[in-house]
Amino acid sequence: MTALVELMDYDEVIEKYDPVLGLEVHVELHTNTKMFCGCANTFGGEPNTNTCPTCLGLPGALPVVNAKAIESAMRIGLALNCEIAEWCRFARKNYFYPDMPKNFQTSQYDEPIAFNGWLDVTLDDGEVIRVEIERAHMEEDTGKSLHVGGATGRIHGAEHSLLDYNRAGVPLIEIVTKMIPGTKERAPEVARAYVTALRDLLKALDVSDVRMDQGSLRCDANVSLSPKTTGALGTRTETKNVNSLRSVERAVRFEMTRQAAVLESGGEVTQETRHFDESSGSTSPGRKKETAEDYRYFPEPDLVPIAPSREWVEELRLTLPELPWERRARIQKDWNLTDEVLRDLVNANALDVIIATVEAGAKPDEARSWWVSYLAQQANSKGIEVTDLAITPTQVAKVIELVNAGTLTNKLAREVVNGVLEGEGSPEDVIEKRGLKVVSDDSALEKAVDEALAAHPDVAQKIRDGKVQAAGAIVGAVMKATKGQADAARVREIVLARCS
Amino acid sequence: MTNDLIHATAAELAAKIHSGEVSSVEVTQAHLDRIAETDGKVHAFLHVDTEGALAQARRVDEAVKAGEQVSPLAGVPLALKDVMTTEGVPTTVGSKILEGWIPPYDATVTRKLKEAGVVILGKTNMDEFAMGSSTENSAYGPTHNPWDLDRIPGGSGGGSSASLAAFQAPLAIGTDTGGSIRQPGAVTGTVGVKPTYGGVSRYGLVAFSSSLDQAGPCARTVLDAALLHEVIAGYDHMDSTSINAPVPPVVAAAREGLSGDLSGLRIGVVTQFTGEGYQQGVLRSFEAAVSQLKELGAEIADVSCPSFDYALPAYYLIAPSECSSNLARFDAMRYGLRVGDDGTRSTEEVMSLTREAGFGPEVKRRIMIGTYALSSGYYDAYYGSAQKVRTLITQDFAKAFENFDVLISPTTPTTAFKIGERADDPMAMYKADLCTIPANLAGTPAMSVPSGLSDEDGMPVGLQIMAPALQDHRMYRVAAAYEAARGAFGGPSL
Repeated sequence: MTALVELMDYDEVIEKYDPVLGLEVHVELHTNTKMFCGCANTFGGEPNTNTCPTCLGLPGALPVVNAKAIESAMRIGLALNCEIAEWCRFARKNYFYPDMPKNFQTSQYDEPIAFNGWLDVTLDDGEVIRVEIERAHMEEDTGKSLHVGGATGRIHGAEHSLLDYNRAGVPLIEIVTKMIPGTKERAPEVARAYVTALRDLLKALDVSDVRMDQGSLRCDANVSLSPKTTGALGTRTETKNVNSLRSVERAVRFEMTRQAAVLESGGEVTQETRHFDESSGSTSPGRKKETAEDYRYFPEPDLVPIAPSREWVEELRLTLPELPWERRARIQKDWNLTDEVLRDLVNANALDVIIATVEAGAKPDEARSWWVSYLAQQANSKGIEVTDLAITPTQVAKVIELVNAGTLTNKLAREVVNGVLEGEGSPEDVIEKRGLKVVSDDSALEKAVDEALAAHPDVAQKIRDGKVQAAGAIVGAVMKATKGQADAARVREIVLARCS
Repeated sequence: MTNDLIHATAAELAAKIHSGEVSSVEVTQAHLDRIAETDGKVHAFLHVDTEGALAQARRVDEAVKAGEQVSPLAGVPLALKDVMTTEGVPTTVGSKILEGWIPPYDATVTRKLKEAGVVILGKTNMDEFAMGSSTENSAYGPTHNPWDLDRIPGGSGGGSSASLAAFQAPLAIGTDTGGSIRQPGAVTGTVGVKPTYGGVSRYGLVAFSSSLDQAGPCARTVLDAALLHEVIAGYDHMDSTSINAPVPPVVAAAREGLSGDLSGLRIGVVTQFTGEGYQQGVLRSFEAAVSQLKELGAEIADVSCPSFDYALPAYYLIAPSECSSNLARFDAMRYGLRVGDDGTRSTEEVMSLTREAGFGPEVKRRIMIGTYALSSGYYDAYYGSAQKVRTLITQDFAKAFENFDVLISPTTPTTAFKIGERADDPMAMYKADLCTIPANLAGTPAMSVPSGLSDEDGMPVGLQIMAPALQDHRMYRVAAAYEAARGAFGGPSL
């Protein structure tokens, strides 16, 4: 039930305004334990089972910092080309909310662990844009409120709320960009590309599950419009609940067209938090706050300052993996791929699995061929990403190896893959269960060839007369008789030998 | 027999229990009887855990009988301030907002006491959330000073100190944010020690002001306090501000002090803590103590710590600021009191009604002061400036300790005042902590040891001894030597 909102035509927006972006990404780290206590950090689970006095905020309980979380924060900072603070602290951000056990969030405020960095982002057409990073800081997640009753599932209009503190105290890193001006009509695409690049980077660092659908990567998109006539900065809105890469793009685009319509009608953009609705693709205002929020930040007295030694920082720098874009550049060179082919692989989200298949022993061409054709079709028909198929790169490499060894024909190989996708086990299991081995026993093949020649005496005569191309019909008959489990090349050799 | 048991020191009781001369059950029962007999007048306890105490006493007796090696204070009863969480035993912090809350976990101090075989008799009364200097701010009614039931026993730990003075327990635990161990010790004629900040774990200590709160031992003798100090002190990985260093050798220092020789020890008298506002009887008692320390061989001279004049205002910005945040968690959502949740009200309304009903006036006053001091636009002027004063105070201490081994002053400007006398004058109440606050702001150890009775009103007076961080043993040595020289000064009759 969203009120009808006036929108301006997108081309007209771009004609009259310059959009300015700012992106805040929250990443849940997948450390074993929470930020300030020893509770398991796992997604899901029975409500309120992964809790203790500390993450429930019981009287008297105290926090102790998770060293692994600090390490992850520093690695993220380093991968984003940030400076790492020589000395920093946590602060308390004070506000009341039922899913926040202490009614303050322990977060970094004016002393973030990492700051002043950048991330190069490649757009769909290959253009590279440098996004400047303001800061990356550590904080703790809140619990979850489930609002029961009411139409929207939001607190407004709900009959009652249930609270689950399993997520309370899960380590979060908040990564904030500086203002991103000058993206013009590509602002929505830049927003998506930035979050995509950041997701890939965090995945390579192995610090988070980066699942937007599960909330382990959450994006708030800040958008404002600057009129081209004056160049003055506009009032920004902050859109939350943007739960997929596509939504990032849609939310930015929607806000641009909405804000432009507001400005065009002589109104003013309200500085506010807005909520993105996946189904309608629109944003709506968050709950109105009666008073201005004053978080009364002050240094957290229950924790000691963090002063990472320069030696530690340099040690962590050495643990940085090959970054996704470096890897792409290397692969493109090694495999001699055109920009276009590489981009297709990246866009199909297939590069990583192809690389992994090659690492498992396949040749690049063979691996690429499987993933972008047959496996891509299978994923398409299921409506999922290739990376979500129930087959591993190692299993694909195994199938390729069996084809090259002559154990499987291409046709059989596809059947083996189908079996794996349907959950029948490893390629070897499927071959065993379905009896899919190539018939390579010459005596059996000779018998089948003799039968076929006897059944088609006219064809046999043509071959004997030197019309070698007629052998195809006999080969076909043999393949049919062996249900495709014969090596066609070998069958042909036998046919020709019998008729010579 | 009972009379002997309740008047004995913890060290004497431990020796008797461990030798099998008396059982811990007998000792515990004697103290439980004393509580039953006197607490109607004193009101030191909010909760007496008869069963838990006797069960622990039986365990110790069995261990002694079995010839097992037991801890130095095993079997000795203790009164625990109601600010420490106790698994399965109510913990109210003197507040209605936690009425009926049963903690699911033990504070580290509680755990250490249990592991050492100490018998926890129950939980003692205190100013609500440890905010106060008289125990009048308890939501459960005031505690009375055993020396004169019309007077306050100090605060916030008035229940713990009164229980010692009333011979209800030979040992007690207090917590000291601005003087809440030392000032009650002074006005009840008992020993109270605030260890170095970080010396005793704060895990399970319901926070008032995190950067100032410190738990410590209370007893009737210096040696008893030292024995208890060593039980509760030490590094705790559950408290990030806990110091990872060996516990200062306070028991050895107390025993050494009992020899009575302080030759060569340099003692500084803080000149800021005298003059106007100080009761004459307190000053005379202090002068007498200075003379005695000189006779013990100490070299005594004045030392000026000018920034101490700003300690009180700085404290009343830092402590309320931290408390405004620490007490935010009491919102009726997860535990404790819930008011007005009748299905018609919003979460915010239930939170407000609960906090309105659950917190007393002094707690509300401090939450409001702290909220204001931290708010945007005022932070630098208030909280920021107070932190600068804190640095200056730390520097004044450091400078003074270049020339002196310990510093001394009266613990409080006056003896115990009458119940109700300062109830409507917060500033007068706050001044009770004038001399004790600097050590909290600097994180340095300090203690109060009785210096006899004031010649004006016959009420106890305390001598404060302050030492550098982690040098807790220095003040124990001085206190034990002084205590031996001072001799007995009588006790209250109840």
